[in-house]
Amino acid sequence: MWEFYSFLFLLVVGYGVGTYLERSHFASIRRREQELINKAIVFTVRDLPELPGNPQLRLVAAGTVVSIDYFKRIVAMLHHFFGGNISSYESLLERARREAILRMREKAHAIGATMIFGVRLETSAINDGNPKTTTGVELIAYGTAIIPDHTAGATPQLWHTPA
Amino acid sequence: MILSTLETLPGLMITHHLGVVSGSTVRAKHFGRDFMAGLKNIVGGELKGYTELLNESRQQAVERLRQQAESMGADAVLNIRFATSSIAAGAAEVFAYGTAVKVSRA
Repeated sequence: MWEFYSFLFLLVVGYGVGTYLERSHFASIRRREQELINKAIVFTVRDLPELPGNPQLRLVAAGTVVSIDYFKRIVAMLHHFFGGNISSYESLLERARREAILRMREKAHAIGATMIFGVRLETSAINDGNPKTTTGVELIAYGTAIIPDHTAGATPQLWHTPA
Repeated sequence: MILSTLETLPGLMITHHLGVVSGSTVRAKHFGRDFMAGLKNIVGGELKGYTELLNESRQQAVERLRQQAESMGADAVLNIRFATSSIAAGAAEVFAYGTAVKVSRA
C-alpha cells in the first residue's frame, strides 16, 4: 500500500512541478530567442561566403543535459506498450535542443560574432551505468563563430528576417 | 591555431594534410551531483551538475586536441566534431576530433 501511495505521490509531483518547469522554460527560450533575432545567425552551411577583410574564426560549443519527469516517464512506458509518437519526450528534446542552440548563440554573441557556420547538433543518452535506464539526455550544439573584420567595411547582409 | 567546424578557410590554402587528431576525456560524476540528478528525475528539467561536468570535459578534450595538433606542427584543425558516450559505472567520455592541416595565404 505504501508503495502505491509513493508511486501516486511521485506521479502527482512529477506532473505538477514538471509541467510548471517546462512552461517556464519554454517562456524563457522564446524570450531569449526574441532578444537574439538577427544576432549570431546560425548556418549549417560549411563553406564561408566571401567576407571583407580578415574575419576571425572561433570554435563555439554549448550543451545541456536534461531529464524527463516521473509522470512523463510512466506515460512514455505506456506508449512503449502501445506504440506511436512519444510526445512527452518530443517536447523535452525540443526545449533542450533550443536551449543548446541559444547558449551557443549567446556565447558567440558575447565574443562579437555575427554568424555561426558549420553548425552541428548532437544527442546522446547519459546513463548511470545501467544501460537500460537513462538518467538524462545531452544535447550539444557547436559551430564556427565568425567575428567580422570591422575595419574592412560592412559585412554583406546574408540573411533576411521575414516580416 | 585555428579550430573550426568548417572544411575550408577563407583566404587560406591547405598546403599539408597531417591527418586526424583527437582529444578525449573520461569523467565520472561525484555523489552530490548524482543525488541532485536523482531528485531531478522526479520533476524533470536540466541536470545542471551534468551540464557543467560535460562542458568542462569538452573544454579539456579540445585542449588535448589542440596540443596534439601543435605537436605535429599544424596551423589549423578543420572539420572538428564532438561525440559523447556513456561508459559503464556512471562515467561519460567526451571526444573531439578533426583534421590537422598546414595552411598558407592563398
